[in-house]
Amino acid sequence: MIEEEVVNILSKDLHTKVSELKIEGYEMLVDLTVVDWYRKRDDRFELVINLLSLSKKKRIRILSTILNENLECESLTDIYSGSNFYEREAFDMYGIIFLGHPDLTRILMPDDWIGHPLRKDFGLGNIPVQFKNAPKV
Amino acid sequence: MDDKEKKQKEYVKDSEYWATNAEQGGWSLTSTDEGNQKMEKEETPEELEIQMGKEIIDDYIDSETLSSEDERMIINMGPQHPSTHGVLRLQVELEGEIVRRVKPVIGYLHTGMEKTGESLTYSQGCTNTTRMDYLAPLFNELVFSLTTEKLLNIEVPDRAKQIRILMTELNRVTSHLVALATGGMDIGAISMMIFGFRERELILNFFEKTTGLRMNHNYIRPGGVAADLPDGWEGDIQEILEEIPNKLKDYDQMLLDNPIWNGRLRNVGILTTQECFDLGITGPSLRASGFDWDLRKVQPYSGIEKFEFDIPVLNDSDAFSRWRIKVLEIQESLKIVQQAMETMPKGDYRIDDKKVTPPPRKRLDESMEALIHHFKLFTEGFKVQEGEAYVSVESPRGELGCYIVSDGSSKPYKMHIRGPSFCNLQALPIIMSDSPIADAVASIASLDPVMGDVDR
Repeated sequence: MIEEEVVNILSKDLHTKVSELKIEGYEMLVDLTVVDWYRKRDDRFELVINLLSLSKKKRIRILSTILNENLECESLTDIYSGSNFYEREAFDMYGIIFLGHPDLTRILMPDDWIGHPLRKDFGLGNIPVQFKNAPKV
Repeated sequence: MDDKEKKQKEYVKDSEYWATNAEQGGWSLTSTDEGNQKMEKEETPEELEIQMGKEIIDDYIDSETLSSEDERMIINMGPQHPSTHGVLRLQVELEGEIVRRVKPVIGYLHTGMEKTGESLTYSQGCTNTTRMDYLAPLFNELVFSLTTEKLLNIEVPDRAKQIRILMTELNRVTSHLVALATGGMDIGAISMMIFGFRERELILNFFEKTTGLRMNHNYIRPGGVAADLPDGWEGDIQEILEEIPNKLKDYDQMLLDNPIWNGRLRNVGILTTQECFDLGITGPSLRASGFDWDLRKVQPYSGIEKFEFDIPVLNDSDAFSRWRIKVLEIQESLKIVQQAMETMPKGDYRIDDKKVTPPPRKRLDESMEALIHHFKLFTEGFKVQEGEAYVSVESPRGELGCYIVSDGSSKPYKMHIRGPSFCNLQALPIIMSDSPIADAVASIASLDPVMGDVDR
């Protein structure tokens, strides 16, 4: 069985801690995503990074709240090149800015899209429909 | 590099000596005309290693032949290209026939399923996730259900577990069959296209009988499965188990020693183990690069550790081994299916927990409590305690993970699916660049991306 471990890391130490973890034997970045704690916590955005060690059969999940006001954090692409797409997705969906990313553009949404859809204050979206002969509200 | 050049220069000198200074070479050269015939140049040790398959050339073209930027051309491949397996667009920079740079452009199938998932209850969630990887829908349902069950801290009955394994392993066979079929068509083996879909139909008929639908089943749900296996299911499975191995032999007969097939796939699209680690690539592509890693063995889920099966590992790390490993995995999956059929335990197919499982229809007429539970489950859904969980399973394309954050309500606060195709697509620039454009399609097909899983 794979052991699983959860750690909290300050966002300013994230880059150094992750590069230490890579030397420790976590070869693969499996997943990177963001949780939006809108109106639940003072600092909204929390990075969730899943690392996997294939040699030691261990997983580690890093939770790191982004304390920066401009929602900036250091990119992990120089440690794990596989985090490229995931960071672009996090930028696209939540507006987190990864400093040092080679090509931080929208990945899933159209380039001219306004807003970041997976934020909790971004509506689900609907089109108002006016029915024939219906009383106007 | 310096040593190589020196060796080559020495070799050239020697050959010149024998060819030009023939009179010094020996009496045989002058006495007969044998010496005037030019000998075939002997291979250098490096060339010999390549011919013997010890060393792999990643890129066909040396960097020395680079031309100026003016001679390059950027063309778009897709999104409406039949061999990109959906709506994948590739910006390809060409220099003559050589691909120099590739940029995958995705998002054409993005429908915001993770956002939708936040407004659906846990029991509705499977209808949403099953539409992501549409070739392996049961795996999506399985991973969502397992994560919900981990948050709920419940364990489903043995029969439900075994049905899940049976159905997902059959699903792995169908998914690989589509990969073989479409991959074959991309390279020109048109009959492979027909064969793959023909065999897949056999299993899809069984799925239709069991779940009611051929795709997007919503069969595996939190708390068990939606329905028990139909009457006479053993007969159907027996037919599948007899039919498909025979057909696999046909495929091997047609393709395994086929010179065109070998020529198109061998040494094409090299993806080494180290590159797989860096890019987070899992599944058949990692195993085809010689690294033994399968979550069914190292992180067993749903009681799969009870079954005996092997993990095929190949060392060539090219498109051919990525094709071959899918054939071998079908055989191993069928082994699991046979064992699951033979040892299917009796019992309930869903958990006996009134808070999760809706009561049976006849109880609604006689029990007020059952009626309330039924109403609550279908209007509000069951509540899940606060917490977060990440569960992953081995899908046909790699590690499929689900990360759910619960805030104590009946809907997930955050639902994220780690799709293997999304991550595997990052390998395209590496395996396609510095290779001929003719190999591009073979490289894409060997990675087997499903755009529904990429864009979500």
